[in-house]
Amino acid sequence: MGQMIKVGMADLNTCIIPDSLTTLGLGSCVGIVLYDPITKVAGLAHIMLPDSTKIKNNNNKAKFADTGIETLIEEMKKKGANRNSLVAKIAGGAQMFAFSSNSDMLRVGERNVEATKQKLNDLQIRILAEDTGKNYGRTIEFYTETGELLIKSVGKEIKIL
Amino acid sequence: MSGLNLDNMDNMDFDVLREIGNIGAGNATTALSQLINTKIDMNVPKVELLEFKEISEIIGGAERLVVGILLTLQGQAEGMMMFILDQESAHHLVNALLGKEVDNFDDFSEMELSALNEIGNIIAGAYLSSLAALTNLTITSSVPYMAIDMAGAILSVPAIEFGKIGDRALLIQSQFGEADKFVNGYFILIPTIESYSLILSSLGL
Repeated sequence: MGQMIKVGMADLNTCIIPDSLTTLGLGSCVGIVLYDPITKVAGLAHIMLPDSTKIKNNNNKAKFADTGIETLIEEMKKKGANRNSLVAKIAGGAQMFAFSSNSDMLRVGERNVEATKQKLNDLQIRILAEDTGKNYGRTIEFYTETGELLIKSVGKEIKIL
Repeated sequence: MSGLNLDNMDNMDFDVLREIGNIGAGNATTALSQLINTKIDMNVPKVELLEFKEISEIIGGAERLVVGILLTLQGQAEGMMMFILDQESAHHLVNALLGKEVDNFDDFSEMELSALNEIGNIIAGAYLSSLAALTNLTITSSVPYMAIDMAGAILSVPAIEFGKIGDRALLIQSQFGEADKFVNGYFILIPTIESYSLILSSLGL
């Protein structure tokens, strides 16, 4: 059994078989898993915001969908992943509170998911599975042995993508 | 005073913010105490500058089940106010209010949810009115929004707001509890960065 590597909010990390990756309590943030099924190198980014170009202070690359994915790919290449065989699984982007007013806060989860998909599409990385949106938090675990993404939510059955 | 730099705050700033937390939470605790007719104690508030990685850990772990009641602030100071209770405390609180015995620690009935929302409304209102009085700023709040979920997921909402301006979040956190430790909760005041500057300058800093 490998180690379970924890990724915090606005953070990213990579691993190789037999290790696995997890991030706890995803709310409106999105957990992006990239995986090379041949070399069994995986990466997980816990992004908070959709677009680094819209924000002045964008030093932390892992905070944004666009730069987070780019950085994750670079880190995975260092571990031996092949850029062209990468596939993705994504989870999160919930709307935790049922805001009735119209503000940016309300849709940030949805915008995070959109931006993530757009970026992956631009980079021609296929999304194999997703569990996004809705109104509940998610803890995710990615296993390099099987390529499975396990999703835990409060009061719900464990999902495997 | 122009923009506040979170990395550049001195002890004086922290002291003032701590005092704001103290007075606000003090008022809120009094309101709560009257509401359920029980004595409630409050700890000295903590003012902390946290990395996002740490933020979900403040309430006993990212996966801990909590009740979060959030109000958005408008007016001269903007931001969010959050009131967080662990689930067990929420049950005790709501049962104390409704005058019945705790019968389960899992689901909340419609009635209990509505009562919890109202508790959030009343005590956040108490917190904010003291903040407004202290700073002489006009601050209004939205209706309360409630979520029952993992602490990390709930705290991601204010964290994202901070994420737009920096890499750390400034929290004024107050903990309170009944004498026999039945109720444990946190008030978290999360003004926008501009509002922090405004609050501090309105107090002469």
